[in-house]
Amino acid sequence: MAVIEPLDLDTTASLVDPGKAPKRSSRGRLIWIRLRSTPRFWIGVTVVALMIIWAIIGLWFTHWSPTDQDLINSRTGPSGSHWFGTDDIGQDIYAETVVGLRKSLAIGLIAGPLSTLLSAFVGSFAGYVGGKADSVISWFINLLLVVPAFFLLVLISPLLKDKAWVALIFFIAAFTWMVMAQVIRAQTKSLRDRDFVKAARFMGVGTFTILRRHIVPNVASLLIIDATLGVVYAIIAETSLSYFGFGIQPPQVSLGTLLADGTSAATTRPWVFLFPAGVLILLLFAVSLIGDALRDAVDPTSGATRG
Amino acid sequence: MVNAPLLEVRNLSVDFPQNNSTVHAVRDISYVINRGEFLGIVGESGSGKSVSSMAVMGLLPSSAQVSGDILFRGESLLDMDDRKLSRLRGNEIAMIFQDPLSALTPVYTVGNQIAEGLLLHDKALSKQAAATRAVELLRIVGIPAPERRVKAFPHEFSGGMRQRVMIAIAIANNPNLIIADEPTTALDVTIQAQILEVLQKAKEITGAAVVLITHDLGVVAGNADRIAVMYAGKLVETGSVDDVFNRPHMPYTLGLLRSVPNLITAGKTRLVPLEGRPPSLDALPPGCPFEQRCPIAIDACRETEPPLLSIGSSHEAACLRAPEIAAGQLQAADVFPRPEPIPAADQAKVEGRTVLEVTDVKRYFTLTRGAVFKREIGKVKAVDGISFDIHEGEVLGLVGESGCGKSTTILEILELTSPQDGSIKIDGVDVSTLTKDQRLAKRKDIQVVFQDPMAALDPRLTIEDIVAEPLTVHNVSKADQRRRVGELLDTVGLEASMGSRYPHEFSGGQRQRIGIARALATEPKLLILDEPVSALDVSIQAGVINLLEDLKERLGLSYLFVAHDLAVVRQIADKVAVMYLGRIVESGRVADVFARPHHPYTQALMSAVPIPDPDAERSRKRILLDGDLPSPTDEISGCRFHSRCPLFKVLDPSLQQRCLTEDPQLRVIDTSSAACHHAELNTLQVT
Amino acid sequence: MIVYLIRRFINYAILSMIATVMAYVLACLALDPKARYLGRNPRPSDEAINHILNRLGTNPDDPILSRTMHWFTQIIFHGNFGQEYNYTSVSHDMFVRSGVSLQLLLLGSFLGAFFGVALGVWGAVRQYKASDQIVTYSSYLVLATPVFVLGVLLMIVATNFNNAVGHQVIQFTGQYTPGLNGTWNILQDRVSHLFLPTLALSMFGAAEYSRYQRNAMLDVLSADYIRTARSKGRTRGAAMVRHGVRVALIPMSTYFAYSFGTLIAGSTFLEKVFSWHGMGEFALDSIIKNDINATAASIFYVSVLVLISSTLAEVLYAALDPRVRI
Repeated sequence: MAVIEPLDLDTTASLVDPGKAPKRSSRGRLIWIRLRSTPRFWIGVTVVALMIIWAIIGLWFTHWSPTDQDLINSRTGPSGSHWFGTDDIGQDIYAETVVGLRKSLAIGLIAGPLSTLLSAFVGSFAGYVGGKADSVISWFINLLLVVPAFFLLVLISPLLKDKAWVALIFFIAAFTWMVMAQVIRAQTKSLRDRDFVKAARFMGVGTFTILRRHIVPNVASLLIIDATLGVVYAIIAETSLSYFGFGIQPPQVSLGTLLADGTSAATTRPWVFLFPAGVLILLLFAVSLIGDALRDAVDPTSGATRG
Repeated sequence: MVNAPLLEVRNLSVDFPQNNSTVHAVRDISYVINRGEFLGIVGESGSGKSVSSMAVMGLLPSSAQVSGDILFRGESLLDMDDRKLSRLRGNEIAMIFQDPLSALTPVYTVGNQIAEGLLLHDKALSKQAAATRAVELLRIVGIPAPERRVKAFPHEFSGGMRQRVMIAIAIANNPNLIIADEPTTALDVTIQAQILEVLQKAKEITGAAVVLITHDLGVVAGNADRIAVMYAGKLVETGSVDDVFNRPHMPYTLGLLRSVPNLITAGKTRLVPLEGRPPSLDALPPGCPFEQRCPIAIDACRETEPPLLSIGSSHEAACLRAPEIAAGQLQAADVFPRPEPIPAADQAKVEGRTVLEVTDVKRYFTLTRGAVFKREIGKVKAVDGISFDIHEGEVLGLVGESGCGKSTTILEILELTSPQDGSIKIDGVDVSTLTKDQRLAKRKDIQVVFQDPMAALDPRLTIEDIVAEPLTVHNVSKADQRRRVGELLDTVGLEASMGSRYPHEFSGGQRQRIGIARALATEPKLLILDEPVSALDVSIQAGVINLLEDLKERLGLSYLFVAHDLAVVRQIADKVAVMYLGRIVESGRVADVFARPHHPYTQALMSAVPIPDPDAERSRKRILLDGDLPSPTDEISGCRFHSRCPLFKVLDPSLQQRCLTEDPQLRVIDTSSAACHHAELNTLQVT
Repeated sequence: MIVYLIRRFINYAILSMIATVMAYVLACLALDPKARYLGRNPRPSDEAINHILNRLGTNPDDPILSRTMHWFTQIIFHGNFGQEYNYTSVSHDMFVRSGVSLQLLLLGSFLGAFFGVALGVWGAVRQYKASDQIVTYSSYLVLATPVFVLGVLLMIVATNFNNAVGHQVIQFTGQYTPGLNGTWNILQDRVSHLFLPTLALSMFGAAEYSRYQRNAMLDVLSADYIRTARSKGRTRGAAMVRHGVRVALIPMSTYFAYSFGTLIAGSTFLEKVFSWHGMGEFALDSIIKNDINATAASIFYVSVLVLISSTLAEVLYAALDPRVRI
């Protein structure tokens, strides 16, 4: 899912010839400087931050709890009392959205980075060690990729039914790391032939020290981007699973279950669908903006200086 | 406008706006190129030499701000839009780029790409006629079997052959001006010699003026009529080849000429380092940009930037003190005095033990295809039975072109494991007998310095961590590590206080010093130096070579010095071994081998190296090799050099038979050894 | 080259086969076929349940290994994927339903690829101009919308459109209206049903591919051979089109294969949303119904699609890039 084409780790804003002027700021700072001047980064960060805060304190603003049933006002549109309207049994959509957002956010924010961690570990190990271990790992990754992750998640979902929703986080992470692991593996393979890694090896530095000291820090920018976009993929995976009844199970609420409840009435009473959908899209869009800004900052070859 | 010069550049400036600064890549330069002239533009990276000619072609990125005037036959190029310029490009002005690997579109055949240029400028030309002409052009630039090769894709060509294709594209429409931007930089010396020859031929055929942009003084010495030297975006000296080389007036040119190792003088005198680095182009100080590196700078140099001053007929230099140099009041030897060698008292005592002994080492690779079902498609004999030894305090230069197996050789040694075949002994100990712990301990004795100092230092670690890394393996306490790092930085001529900085804050030369400091951390006996200066700017090289010489003397080190640059090897090595296709074809003391090379390959290699001295270049007789290195998977019977051997070609067929069937072994000839059956008959002259 | 491609195909085929077998094992572990009978009222006797499950070959009391062997040999030697819980032949259902699914999947991915490539090239050439920004941000917006949400949103829009026009121009339930007569009417009806799901799938595909194509194109735009082409006398635009686009298409073939999996998942969602009776619906329903044979067969179907798309991608790659031809 998260296909990120391998970046050239050495690219700095070098022009045809003159740009080789000595660089003064370190790479991390350079990325930060580029990032700082990108409006979409700030827009994304602000929106995500606000949504996290909203998810935490959003219920303070309404006296409805997500389980309350306001039977007199069921099936009504947005109003002063029910900001996002109510559903068939009079539950407040606003309160349900806040609670659903909490769960989707928690799953996304943990599962995305977790999957990145897994891909960093597997990818760098396979790429660096090479040989038989690498062949076995690559073969296994390819095998997992034969069946799209969603189907695997659906297939094992019955096992999840009687477990806490937290288990879903680990299942999502466990089935979405493969493509990134392949990217990291390829990057590691090229890093392994770089002189500073060779130098360390010829000094007698151990494998795991080299991975920790030289390899992982040098693919860190890729990992940060992937972790960010991984949040998007994890949330999409969660909502899709829950939407079709394979993820979060009622009475638990997530954005996916909310959308599922709202679909049947979507064309007649759109608010039951549009509000949770809007919140979901806004969140994912904001996170994608951050990821995109990060990618641009890390890979300046997509910069504006090209003819 | 019949009398206008072919190209006139007036007050050209090119700026690149960055995030919060502006890079002044080219600053107010003016020059003229006349019809049929050969101009060499010389400068180091970042001097603005490429940018200025890209401006002429109108191929700068859109962010570039260009001012001034560029007149081609009196017509202003800067006023033209892309469409109008396109009619000139490829037709009147053609360009040859540095990297022939990426300069050709990978998905079209070379014939297609040559024909494209023809068809663009001659609408009446039929496709068939263009294809025929493409074959003809390939023949002109010396591509064998052009009828067949015209249908090949760029990846099926070697680097040298691709550069020939680029030249064919450039001369397709008989241009009046050919701009060649570092056309031979990515190529081996023997191929470089071929390409320069083709370039001269192209110039003769088309009668075009040629601008050759290069960092290599040797390349222009033999080819150009006139030279322009660029520094920090500025023209600092122009004049005829003889004026600039024999009577340089800008201290930068002076220093450059004295710092470059040169086959004629190398090994006899120490090199003169040109310390420091060019100022950064986005924050230029007032005054002369060379002032900080200039040993004869005076106060006035810090105030205003000197303009080009005329010194003699058409010889100009941008230096306030040029008149004094012209008058002979300042001699080159005073401006850049030769450094003294290490006094005998400071030299380490060496006993002459053998520190490295390589005996009949072989390394074959099998080429395979396919991921799951691997199948063998060939065998590469990267190293095919080589032997040499290095004694304490001795430097062995291992010389050869790319693909000769020199890198594989050093990797075999550095692995410290038993080689595929043969034996490697370090300090008398066979590495195949080492246990894991012994091997780790042995790594102390043998360290490596890589070619590209940027790639060899982890960009994310501080200098202190980088230099201390070898010590972390050997249980050295943190405090001792820090103390040792301070000492080491001092040893290589850097300040200990720099330890907390990151690699990118240093210049190439400084980075290489850091690499050397790291290699010295464990007090090794043997350093393996893999092309330690070839990635550095020429003016920096001398300083690093001198440092290596000093360290050897002071610490009693031994070096295995791998290089493709013969002049550098001649400068630093005691012994030399020349490799070709996985074998050593000639070896001996440097003085002997360089004075009397016996193997035709050594001779060709030496004759291909350009010498930064126009008089020497003109009087030289070249031995050009035919074609490319054979494919590494080819099975060659007999002598592996016979397909390209200049001696083989002039031999009697009865003598040739032996070259075709019998693999020659190294044998003693005079004072050195060579692997040639007919070395005694060798009458090829080298100078 | 042909030999190489055949080898690759065999490699993928083996992977698909192993994946299918593992899916069967996984299905046996995860699904409980007894559950659907235990909940019935009156509850069938244990003997009856065992009898049914034995007949289907899905009795959890049998060892998984022997069940897997039996199932696998049935496929290999008889092409028989077993029966569904209601004794319908899985093979038959698969055949009918894959026709439905492929209609959507092929049309959607083809249109998605076409528009994605076009938009990506356009965006890259006009980098940082307003039009590029619009393409970029709309593609992010589409990618931030889960496909099923996209489907429902399009349904809402279509409802409003239909209401505005006054009759059902765009249909969004099922694949066709039963009982229509006349070729023209049937065709019109099909298109009207096909429109929304295809639009949703191709929007999704186009958004994804346009990102890749734009990046691939930007890599190429700064390539040396574009400079060479211009030095020959091509104008900037002509050099980009003739030399740039052609090379930038090469990595796309890999991306097509990579992202085909997400497209299959996407079309599965859309089948559910638009009530199409295709393989996607089949897969999801059979898991809900604890139907092991049907589940494993649908995983088989998916892995075959991936197998074919990966092989096609290899062929396309070789066709586009002379460097990989041997």
